[in-house]
Amino acid sequence: MLSRTADHLFWMARYTERAENTARMLDANYQLSLLPQSDEYAELGWRAMLSISELSGIYSAAHHGMKSREVIDFMARDLSNPSSIVSCLRAARENARAVRSSTNSELWESLNTTWLDCQRMLADGILEREPYTFFEWVKFRSHLSRGVQLGTLVKDDAFYFMRLGTFIERADNTARILDVKFEMMEQRADTSAQPFDYHHWVAVLGSVSGFEVYRRVYRDVITPERVAGLLILYGDWPRSLAASIAEAEQLIGQVTKGRDTEATRLAAQLSAELKNGRIRDILRGGLHAYLVDFLARVNDLAGRVSREFLLPIAPEPEPEPPTQTQTQTQTQTQTQTQTQGKG
Amino acid sequence: MTQAFFNEMFERSDLEARGLTAVAFRGVGDPRTHYRDFMNWLAAQSEQQIDIKRAEADLNFRRVGITFAVYGTSDLPGIIPERTIPFDVIPRIFPADEWRSLERGLRQRVNALNRFIHDIYHDQDIIRAGIIPEAQILGNAQYRPQMRGVDVARDIYAHIAGIDIVRAGQGEFYVLEDNLRVPSGVSYMLENRKMMMRLFPDLFARNRVAPVAHYPDLLLDTLRASAPAAAAENPTIVVMTPGMYNSAYFEHAFLAQQMGVELVEGQDLFVENDYLYMRTTQGPQRVDVIYRRVDDDFLDPLVFRPDSALGVPGLIGAYRAGNVSLCNAVGTGIADDKSIYPYVPDMVRFYLGEEPILNNVPTWMCRKPDDLAYVLDHLPELVVKETHGAGGYGMLVGPASTTAQIAEFRAVLEAHPEKYIAQPTLALSTCPTYVESGIAPRHIDLRPFVLSGTEVRMVPGGLTRVALREGSLVVNSSQGGGTKDTWVLER
Repeated sequence: MLSRTADHLFWMARYTERAENTARMLDANYQLSLLPQSDEYAELGWRAMLSISELSGIYSAAHHGMKSREVIDFMARDLSNPSSIVSCLRAARENARAVRSSTNSELWESLNTTWLDCQRMLADGILEREPYTFFEWVKFRSHLSRGVQLGTLVKDDAFYFMRLGTFIERADNTARILDVKFEMMEQRADTSAQPFDYHHWVAVLGSVSGFEVYRRVYRDVITPERVAGLLILYGDWPRSLAASIAEAEQLIGQVTKGRDTEATRLAAQLSAELKNGRIRDILRGGLHAYLVDFLARVNDLAGRVSREFLLPIAPEPEPEPPTQTQTQTQTQTQTQTQTQGKG
Repeated sequence: MTQAFFNEMFERSDLEARGLTAVAFRGVGDPRTHYRDFMNWLAAQSEQQIDIKRAEADLNFRRVGITFAVYGTSDLPGIIPERTIPFDVIPRIFPADEWRSLERGLRQRVNALNRFIHDIYHDQDIIRAGIIPEAQILGNAQYRPQMRGVDVARDIYAHIAGIDIVRAGQGEFYVLEDNLRVPSGVSYMLENRKMMMRLFPDLFARNRVAPVAHYPDLLLDTLRASAPAAAAENPTIVVMTPGMYNSAYFEHAFLAQQMGVELVEGQDLFVENDYLYMRTTQGPQRVDVIYRRVDDDFLDPLVFRPDSALGVPGLIGAYRAGNVSLCNAVGTGIADDKSIYPYVPDMVRFYLGEEPILNNVPTWMCRKPDDLAYVLDHLPELVVKETHGAGGYGMLVGPASTTAQIAEFRAVLEAHPEKYIAQPTLALSTCPTYVESGIAPRHIDLRPFVLSGTEVRMVPGGLTRVALREGSLVVNSSQGGGTKDTWVLER
């Protein structure tokens, strides 16, 4: 298939997944902000979320306070924020539009309808009235688009690149969700509020659909170590880092068709580490440091995939030093408008 | 309405039906035979039912994404709103015999046009025979000297032609213009039919409407037939688009999907040793035929506009070497230019030795002093067009213009008469159409799509465009036009 087509499909899936995870993160933070607690603490939550998404800069350029309403607006409906839900849904739809001939009409129509309905819902004031309904809707639209992929598409390169986008983005996002919550707990001086901790971790688990899984796996009280263990290492659960990277490894194998590439090697290495890792060792070195390193390696892997398959046109750039954890965005392919003559 | 127009639906042509309900509309006059069934059906529908169906059509077009971008305000700041092209649920209907004669005429005309283009880029017999002055060809901006002596597969240049047909006077057909470069609109023909069948299945159960859905198949067959002689038995075909922000992007994607071929942009292609390749995830892949929806000027920055980022450097080299086919060929604009249009009937006689079946609209060529004098004397009743204009821009519609506008245009015309032609204002036929106040007559035209490969073929029908504004004769979607489904009845 065309490299540009693969690139659009890869990013279509990444933006869909990112919209979903942003909605999940907002939903968790919103629920926490409703608990009886100091405003200061609610602010801490929003601040940590913006910081981990590398959005503090853009946010503070246009806003003063850290009120829930403002942050939710910024993360959900602000088009000047490239990671806002509405920006992601638009980018997903534009990518789908660019390759609408390479998938099927059901997939395109599901993403197009999401984009059209999203504009209408936001204009109707859903964020003001019932933000949770909107977050839930975003999540389910993402489920729907994935369901259309699994239920209707031929298993070819188009399908593999789409799935690869989903899992690379999910690995990145789950790591960020975990990191932001641990950061918050560490920044909080007062460690005596045990009941609050409980709600905090339930919200984290809820935001990745992990509460029931936690109960079933551990059959025990909720502790931060186990939450981290579940989100990072539990390979049987599709939102964990281990599962996402294992899927990515397998998908890269499908598109390389057995060829040995740098992307294959990076994915295999990361996957093996997650498969054999122990949460005690990870926590010993510091969870934040671990996640920062993980994000850099996922970023590197995504960059490799891009260079090897998606954008062979671009000159080969030197690989970024593996310290960068900034949210990746799509390199714009060159598309221009042309004034057509007769026709 | 002061002037009488040929009415597609009714025997009487001077009807002033406006803003009527379907039931009242039936009393307006006697419908022509081929509309009778439809009229009876329409009168039996409730107004609400039709309103619901019309809203459903718009919603469906939006969901499928058959839209074009317009500039204006939207719900969210920073988003360019998209509009659908208005779709009218009253079809335009052809009886079988009428279509058969139209089809014969189209086949004849497109044959002659292809012969003409081949001649112009080879022996130029038509110039030597004194039928068209040499300067009219060689001095024409649409003439491509790069094509002199280049042989193309099967000597066919305009593989896909969109011939605009109108009906005027007592109901005669006229060719308004020949579109031989990158004619668009066929996706609307196909989607309109799909929509009608979805909204009103019972209508199709009771009328024998000839199907059009096999157009992508015919197109694919035509493109395969155009592959270079040396290409593999199963040639690789692609559709080339300027990109997703082009107003016809939906159609490019639609046709690629329907034919099961890749939709490429210039950046996906490269030329090496005069062969064309596309960049795929598994490495370069040879391309044999490009159905290109990019104008000549943008195809190859080494040959045409150097600032074009839409094209492929070296493409014309590969084309001239016979290693890739372009559909349509480069240089077809020489045959659909408005200054060449008046000669088409002569082309039919010269190349085919036949009398033209389709009428040309009488045309004054302003470069001729006598013609210019006549045009200047009769501006208020004529339509004056730029020879290179398109899309309904840069023209004067005399009867619809103010004295000041006519005076202004007169000055422009006198300064550059060679750039203009003039035609009588045609009283385009009307067809009943839903407008805000109800049903009223609106002017229409028709663009059938004619394919030339191993033979000349077309599906029965075309795109019917309708001028939605009262009295307007301009049907272009950029000027507020809508579309209708086009039915050819099978006997």
